[in-house]
Amino acid sequence: MTSGGDGDAPAPARSAAAISAQALTKRFGERTAYQDVSFEVGQGEVFGFLGPNGAGKTTTVRTLGTLLAPTSGSATVAGLPLVPENGVEIRRRISIMPESPGLYLRLSVEDNLACFADLYEVPKPRERIHAALRTVNLLDRSRDACGALSKGLRQRVALARALLNDPEVLFLDEPTSGLDPVAARDVYELIGDLRGRGVTIFLTTHRLEEAERLCDRVAILNTTLRTIGRPDELRDRLFAKTLTVRTAAPLPDPACVLAGLPGVDGWRDDGAQYVLSVTEPSLAAPAVARALVAAGADILSIGESRHSLEDVYLELVADEGAPRTW
Amino acid sequence: MSTRRVQAVFRKELREYRRNGAIIVTMAVIPIVFVVQPLVALLVASGKASRALAHQNLLLYVLAVPAIVPATLASYAVVGERQQGTLEPVLTSPVRREEFLLGKALAAFVPSVGISYAVVGVFIAVVELFADAGIAHAVIRGPEVVAQVVFTPLIAALSIWVGIGISARTNDVRTAQQLATLASLPTVAGTSLIAYQVIPATKSVAVAFGAALVILDRVGWRVTSAAFDRERLITNTK
Repeated sequence: MTSGGDGDAPAPARSAAAISAQALTKRFGERTAYQDVSFEVGQGEVFGFLGPNGAGKTTTVRTLGTLLAPTSGSATVAGLPLVPENGVEIRRRISIMPESPGLYLRLSVEDNLACFADLYEVPKPRERIHAALRTVNLLDRSRDACGALSKGLRQRVALARALLNDPEVLFLDEPTSGLDPVAARDVYELIGDLRGRGVTIFLTTHRLEEAERLCDRVAILNTTLRTIGRPDELRDRLFAKTLTVRTAAPLPDPACVLAGLPGVDGWRDDGAQYVLSVTEPSLAAPAVARALVAAGADILSIGESRHSLEDVYLELVADEGAPRTW
Repeated sequence: MSTRRVQAVFRKELREYRRNGAIIVTMAVIPIVFVVQPLVALLVASGKASRALAHQNLLLYVLAVPAIVPATLASYAVVGERQQGTLEPVLTSPVRREEFLLGKALAAFVPSVGISYAVVGVFIAVVELFADAGIAHAVIRGPEVVAQVVFTPLIAALSIWVGIGISARTNDVRTAQQLATLASLPTVAGTSLIAYQVIPATKSVAVAFGAALVILDRVGWRVTSAAFDRERLITNTK
């Protein structure tokens, strides 16, 4: 398999997944960018791809975008096998918005988009350009030179460019990098709109709250794929469900009160509070409350401890030390 | 091959040239520097010099212009895009390697050939109008004008493929421009040797020179295509 497939062969039958990777590996000489990566992304899904710098995220996107050839493994993108003969057709069906906007700064916004509208051979290019600019709220800046725009506006132009060909799969690499909160919110809304239109979105991000908010599923990569699933699934998989109980005064004999309650697997005294490991918080909490009241304790609070995607990420990645960077 | 995609690259390049003063200045200055000295020499020469000039092919000296002018443009073609971060978005579009290179080459070819023809046109006009009639008669000869018309695009094309090939293999614009200018020197040397009759300007030499240029243009296109490796250009790792 070689990179930059320029082939224009007739498309074979399409597969159901928008993206499917099987044991995908990319090495640059002795260095491994990513290894044995397998996952599937469903049509219309927003899929988050997380990982530290140098984890291989961008290289994976470049591979799926036909810019780089995998060293081994196979993949399908937009329903087409990732082989050189399908390079042009895959690139026609997808869009990649790189982290750096990569605009021609001397040219106007409209000239930049006109070039790409022709590269994608979109019909009625003028209308499509205006529609894309309307989507990112930049229609009134269409004649401005890109070099005169702020970083955030350039990012929006790059997003408009990525929408020109009405892609089936949209790869977004850090799409809110450098954007202010309002502009970032606009991007979130746009991603929501695209999801509503059935566009599959492959979102590479460092912002864990962004991934948690936008993504149906996330994968965490650190050269190898560490985990994949819905954010709540990952939390459940990695962390035991817990209830945190605070009382006005320490219980005289907590073991007598808390042990053996239905749904409670174990407990520990955390100083100012008791942390209970439970199978199902909604079943255990009423039983705990009744037991505490029966024991004469004054309850200040009973709450389920929530782990964020950040906790999952840190659990899987942060303790491994700094990854290699290329 | 998609004509629309080639045109997209071509139009984008021309728009960038128009907005890049440095490119326009470079394109204008090089031919001026090259022809001013011989032009002044011809204008101040007396009719007695016409006999000596009749044994030279001074007009062919201007063939150096299509060798040098496009080198600057072509050497910027790929490495310039890399440096400003625009290459990756272009390569993620459906454009094929050949379409991209052809668009780039045409964008360097059209203005270079236009400038070269304009320079030779001005050169002929100035000599005819302001030089001694004998000098003009000795310098401006039909076969040499035909040689200008025929060889200018062939020389420009060769210079462009060499320039783009260098641009695709280097990591720095300045290095690419210096190497491309250096690579255009053998052509300049060849035309100068013919102009000063070191190599006799005969019909057979013209045919051999033309055939060599056609072959080198084709080889240049193939070698440049081979040098354009998406993976190396994106990751700089090969």
